Amino acid sequence: MREVAIIGIGDTKFGELWDMSFRQLGIQAGLAAVADANLTSEEIDALYVGNMSAGKYIEQEHIGALIADYSGMARDHIPATRVEAAGASGGLAFRQGYIAVASGMHDIVVVGGAEKMTDVGDVLSGEIQATAADQQWETTFGATFPALHAMIARRHMFKYGTTREQLASVAVKNHKHGSLNPKAQFQKEIKLDAVIKAAPVAEPLGMFDCAPVSDGAAAVVLCPLERARKYTDTPVKVLGSGQASDTLALAHRKSITQFDATSIAARQAFKQAGIAASDVQIAEVHYNFTISEILAIEDLGFFPKGTGGKATQDGLTSLGAKLAVNTSGGLKARGDPMGATGIAQVVELVTQLRGEAGKRQVSGAERALAQNVGGTGATVVVNILGRVN
Amino acid sequence: MAVARFWRENEPRYNLTGAKCGNCGRLYFPPRTVCPVCHRKSIGKMGPFKLQGTGEVITFSVVHDAPSQFELQKPYVIAIIQMDEGIRVTGQVIDCDPAEVNIGMKVQAVIRRLGEEGASGIIYYGYKFMPLTPPAAPRPPE
Repeated sequence: MREVAIIGIGDTKFGELWDMSFRQLGIQAGLAAVADANLTSEEIDALYVGNMSAGKYIEQEHIGALIADYSGMARDHIPATRVEAAGASGGLAFRQGYIAVASGMHDIVVVGGAEKMTDVGDVLSGEIQATAADQQWETTFGATFPALHAMIARRHMFKYGTTREQLASVAVKNHKHGSLNPKAQFQKEIKLDAVIKAAPVAEPLGMFDCAPVSDGAAAVVLCPLERARKYTDTPVKVLGSGQASDTLALAHRKSITQFDATSIAARQAFKQAGIAASDVQIAEVHYNFTISEILAIEDLGFFPKGTGGKATQDGLTSLGAKLAVNTSGGLKARGDPMGATGIAQVVELVTQLRGEAGKRQVSGAERALAQNVGGTGATVVVNILGRVN
Repeated sequence: MAVARFWRENEPRYNLTGAKCGNCGRLYFPPRTVCPVCHRKSIGKMGPFKLQGTGEVITFSVVHDAPSQFELQKPYVIAIIQMDEGIRVTGQVIDCDPAEVNIGMKVQAVIRRLGEEGASGIIYYGYKFMPLTPPAAPRPPE
């Protein structure tokens, strides 16, 4: 396998972007990444696009060809592939692009992720998100996507003594990080009390425990590490990548308070990278709900099982700590356009590793990890990145 | 959804009929074609197995933001039930105040209306769970 570098990044603002269409978003992010890599489009060998549900959100399938076409590459006839794994679509697209370059099949690969969620109403949007769960045996019976996570939270509280305040402290910390990110959907700090007293969505989770509905796109450019210096002075290397699956329905897991797929994907990625969890300084984890971040930092091995809530409350995942988690603000503050989310995580980590993160910069960061989750942990992708010195 | 999509799942949805692996004896709900433990050895040996319908709540949520299908039921309780046979099922807990639901609560499956396809479409039915014994005191506030 060849070593692979990220040589370009691009993203859009995330939010309710009424004036932007799906294709405009995808292209804006893609062109920004290509420009950042100092590429001409003739050099691109392949395109991968992470997208969860354009068929339901904008009634458009065939997303690979669509993005290639409107990026001006129809005449080049490059292979363009859409990748779908619900909320993990972006991370999985990144991994597909990585495998394509590492294998020697392609040299220059653009990986994008995009979702346009606000062209449908809130209720329908929630129903589309819930298609990541088991439509036949969960949602048909009234389980919503927030409710499934609320059930994880309730059991975690029961089993480990995690408190409502600890859940809320995840949102407070990430909104603080988001306030330092000019591309975040929400750039305001929030208070613990406001999280706890917010309108309930699915008890014990309230409005501030849940990621918003977002439009947005992000893209990166990959190439063999040995050629990276031709395009950029600050290449970032892919150190390791892992992916795992689990039962589609939450109820069928051995344990509903951990995502085994996270632990397994992380083990693969750490092994390939030849490092341990303690060697990572920055992590972008799949924080679509407050409980999700607590599970993630436990299952990735950053904190012992059951202690993620306390670690967050104690500030051990905040900017300035030995490990900073979700410096972008994470899905709740940065925004969560499903297919774009996994790529946006990579964009944030590359920005940090390049030292270009401004007010939220983690100084001296060498290694960073992204964890992207589909459904209630039925797909998990973990990618580890590092600075090239 | 198409009528056939509900109709073809009526047996497990009405009767809590799962599958038993003829090779290792493990039980599954909903029914599976392949046993995740025995793999190829189980093919053709997965037979029907009817659950008794009793179990206990291992986690739950009170849903306030509901899909359109459940709009008139909110707030309602969705739970994961550990059935007495040891397998888990996701379903609503009904016929009690949401404040009375607790982890460890014993429940019994009953057949109820799950939803309908608009005002003139089909009505579909399936299991929900009701308390097996009158619940004790309401749970303390969180």
